Order: sequence, then structure tokens, then C-alpha cells
Amino acid sequence: MNKSLVMSVILVSLLAACSAKPVKEEPKAAVEDKSSVVQAAPAAATTTDASAAPAVQSSSVANPLTDPNNILSKRNVFFDYDKDEVKAEYRPLVEAHAKYLVANPNAHVAVQGNTDDRGSREYNLALGQRRAVAVKKVLNVYGANDKQIETVSYGKEKPRCVEANETCWAQNRRADLVYSGE
Amino acid sequence: MQPMLKTATNIFLLCLIALSGRANAALEIEIVGGAAQQIPIAVVPFAQPAVQPDNLATIINSDLRRSGLFRALETRGVSNQPHDLAEVKYPEWAALQAQALVVGHVELQPNNRLKVSFRLLDVLKQTSLAGLEYDITPTQLRGTAHKIADVIYEKMTGEKGVFDTRISYIIKQGNRFQLQVADADGANPQTVLSSVEPIISPAWSPEGTRLAYVSFEKKKPVIFVQSLVTGQRQVLANFKGNNSAPSWSPDGMRLAIVLTYAANSQIYLINSDGTGLQQLSHSSGIDTEPRWSPDGKWLYFTSDRGGSPQIYRMSTLGGDAQRVTFEGSYNVSARPSPDGKLLTYIRREAGSFRVAQQELASGQVQLLSETTQDESPSFAPNGRMILYATNSNGRGVLAIVSADGRTKQRLSEAGGDVREPAWGPWIK
Repeated sequence: MNKSLVMSVILVSLLAACSAKPVKEEPKAAVEDKSSVVQAAPAAATTTDASAAPAVQSSSVANPLTDPNNILSKRNVFFDYDKDEVKAEYRPLVEAHAKYLVANPNAHVAVQGNTDDRGSREYNLALGQRRAVAVKKVLNVYGANDKQIETVSYGKEKPRCVEANETCWAQNRRADLVYSGE
Repeated sequence: MQPMLKTATNIFLLCLIALSGRANAALEIEIVGGAAQQIPIAVVPFAQPAVQPDNLATIINSDLRRSGLFRALETRGVSNQPHDLAEVKYPEWAALQAQALVVGHVELQPNNRLKVSFRLLDVLKQTSLAGLEYDITPTQLRGTAHKIADVIYEKMTGEKGVFDTRISYIIKQGNRFQLQVADADGANPQTVLSSVEPIISPAWSPEGTRLAYVSFEKKKPVIFVQSLVTGQRQVLANFKGNNSAPSWSPDGMRLAIVLTYAANSQIYLINSDGTGLQQLSHSSGIDTEPRWSPDGKWLYFTSDRGGSPQIYRMSTLGGDAQRVTFEGSYNVSARPSPDGKLLTYIRREAGSFRVAQQELASGQVQLLSETTQDESPSFAPNGRMILYATNSNGRGVLAIVSADGRTKQRLSEAGGDVREPAWGPWIK
């Protein structure tokens, strides 16, 4: 028998089963109850949808971290291919963030390293980590405390740009500074 | 859990899949090439109830062809179609130049179970090489075809087959990542984990009932271990920084993992329940992608301590590392073969990333793939094939190359990016 026919027969009967559910059993509510989903399907688990961005506080006083006129609003440090050296042009940016951390001992920052998409995922994860550590070391030079900094890497898993050319790769060879709560 | 509730929620989950418009379609396979010497085999369509979607002979033929070691003969021209030994007229199959003949049938039993019988026959000697019966449920039909193909493969080549094994991989569709497990032919895919954050580096436990993997759902790489039987998952490692690159010890008691707890990526050992963390490598460079040797004595890993990423090995008891790869400026993602004699890894050469195979005793290296953006190679449990990820027209696909480089397959899914494959072990 034709396989896709079987598939559509199954789908049709499943959809029928879905629509036959009582109205009060809203599928959406059940989706968000992730514990029941995990339990319900012994073979599958679902992670929470983490795509929703946290709300940014808007107060009358401009937040230096988000004020576009403040250097602290700049968060990207770009790197050369297979390199983890923080180039001179990004030093003032990192220095400003170090001073912010010193002045705000309760602030915590994650330094997130990224790479372009060529080569091994795990090796790129390690390369991204080394970029994050390189930025952290500059933060340390200007007095920031290790306790306020976590270095993590996304390797090549979260590309900002997905085309296969140097302009795009250069955008992905990057470390981002992200404060907790952002 | 109560069976009724379980069924109801399973239906509900399936509804989600259906409603979301993402058909859980199986991977499609293309095969190129084959061994120089192929065994001509005739597999006669099985006598089986008409309601069953696939004839077992079709699945068996497809398995044998994928190995590259068999040439499946067209049997329709033969007037007498036997389904058991008594019906076989050998001269007809000798005329077809078949070396081996497979006949079989499926009977529906009163208890709704199926009885599958087959015979593997030597056409020239006119003798039976194998004959088995299976008492199964209807859902085990495909798996039984793979088991029969494994018996045929072993009798004809002298090596164990891998048709009745499973593979894992990640499919990215839009912004959703799914960790899936499927039969080795890509059929019967099951979603193990679905997430909007990346999932990488799935690794099979040696007994094949658990997967360790790296999920970014906590906004950073964290290692989980999930049972494929119960679906239960637990955090294996969530230390400060990255937690990645899990690899199981051959006895399944421990894992080698990579942490950036101190600064750069270094290799640690941890018990499979998350206790007993112990740092193994101490270098100023990157040490990552550890893989145990089958005897449990060594870890092969990637390190850039010499200036460029190369494969090294060190004792699982610690100590100094020895460099293993010397050609080229980029050798990563090593995996030892099941017999411990070969190493497969990815080599960058002239801007291309290709699957390499190195004989450990002699150091001799062969580039196996003709693709250019290869990643994550892993051996089949019998060491005869290597599964890896590559790129085709901007889309991630899986590919398989035989260890002699002669047979190549590609597994792809329409509309999805497939990556991070790992070939699972034989299940006892």
C-alpha cells in the first residue's frame, strides 16, 4: 500500500481525535504543563518555550545599559578567524563595562562567545568559550570581579547571520555581554 | 501510569504534531556505488496478509543493498514463487545466477500475533544456510525484517549485521530542534526531545537505553541524560560555564565530559548519576570531544595545545597526552572503531571538511568522503560503515560511507536540517 496514503489516513484519524476533544480541554493549557507532557509520553520530553524576551524596565531615568548614547549599550566584541584576541578597537567598550560592574557590585554579566559555522560543533563551542574568557580577562584587568561574570559559549549554534560568506561569518565571530535580567 | 491515560495523552501528543503541520516523515535514502564483489541474492516476496503495508522482502532487499555487499536480483520473471523450502525448484534460481535464495511467509495467528518464517538457501549446493521462526506482534514486522536481513548478512559475509540497530540525530525545522531516534534505515522516527533552543552531541549509552546530550534550554550548554524507555531525563552536569561533549565509558558507569569550570574547555570524568566529578586533562589550550577506546583504557580527544586542533589520546587514569594525528592543520571529532583498530575523524583540507579514517597501528590515513562540509562521524556497531553529517544545497543531511569508501548513502528529510548523527549500539 502507498505509504503516504497510510500517513494521511493516520493524520486524518488523529485530527478527528483532536477535534473530538471536549472544548474545556484546551490543548494550549496542556502544552504549557510540561510535567504532564513529559510523564504522558514515556519516549518524549519537551522543553519550555524560552523564546519570550524578558520585559525591559522603562523608567524616567535612562538606563545606561540601554541608552543608545552610552557606550554601555554596545555589547558586541568581534574577532578574527580562529582568533580569541580582543582587538584594540573593542577595549574602550570592555573597559566601560568593567567600570560599570565595579560601580554596581550586584550586577551580573554573562559573556557569550560565538563562532562562525565552519567545522566541529564541539570545537567551535570551545572556541566561543575562549573568546568569552578573553573578554572576561579584559574585564578583570579593569577591576571587574569574577563573581559578577559568567562566561558561556554558544559555539556555532546561534548564528546571527546564516549565509556562507565572509561578511556573514565575521558577524558570527563575536562575544556578547548580556546582563542578568535582560 | 494508567494505560488509558497513557493512550489518551499519546494521542494528544500526536495531535500536537499533526496540528503543528510538521509531519514526522521518515528520512529518505539514496545509495551510490557498491563493493567490487557483490553477492547476487534473490529474495522472493513473502506470502503475507494483504493488509500489511510493506512486503518483508522489500525491506530485506533494501537493507542488503544499503550494505553495498549484495546485489538484489529481480525475482518477478521466475514463474514459480516459493514461500517455503518444499516449494523451491533450485534450477530456476541457478538460471537467474543467484548465489543465495530467501523464501518466507507470514501467518496470522488466532491471538492476533504473527508467525514469520524464512529460509536462506545456498542455490549451488542446494542446502539450507539458515531458517528461523519469529512469533511477533504486528508492530514488530519491520524490525523482524531487519533481524532476518541481519541473519542473511552474517551467514553470507561472516560478520554481524547492523540493520536491526538505531540511529539518533537532531532535526532543525524553523526555530525548533528535535532529538530523534530512528531505525538504521531512517524509518520509524521517534522524537525524544523537542526544544526551541539548540541540542547537540547526543551520545548513546553502551546498552542503548539512554542518550546523553547537550541542551541549551537553560541559556547555556548543560548535559542531560534521558532514558529512551521511560522518557525521564535528568541533569548530568550543570556547572558554571559550559557543560558539553558527553561520551560514555564502555561499561556505562561513567562519562567523559567537557567543562569550562576553571577557564578553557577541559576534560572531566563523572559518574552516570552526576556524582564523583574529577578533572582529567590539565592544559592551557582547548581539550574537547573525548571518546573512550572500546577497552576503556584511553580517551581520544581534540586539543589545540600544539597550535592547531589535532587528535590526542590520554589514559583514562590521567597523565600525559600523546598526539595521534600529524597530517593537516585541522583534525577534529575523533571516534574509535568498535574493534579499536581504526579512528575516524574530520580533516580540513583546502577549505573542505571531510571524513578521514586512520589505521592506528600504522598511522595510515584515508579520506573516505567526497563531500565538503562533513561533521560528527560515528561507526556502525560492526565497524563496516561510518555515519556522518554533511551539507547538500545549503541543507543539513546525513550520509553513510562504507569503511572501504566504495558505498555511499544519503539520508535527508524534506524541509529540515538534519545534523549530529550517532549510530546506536547493538541491543541485546
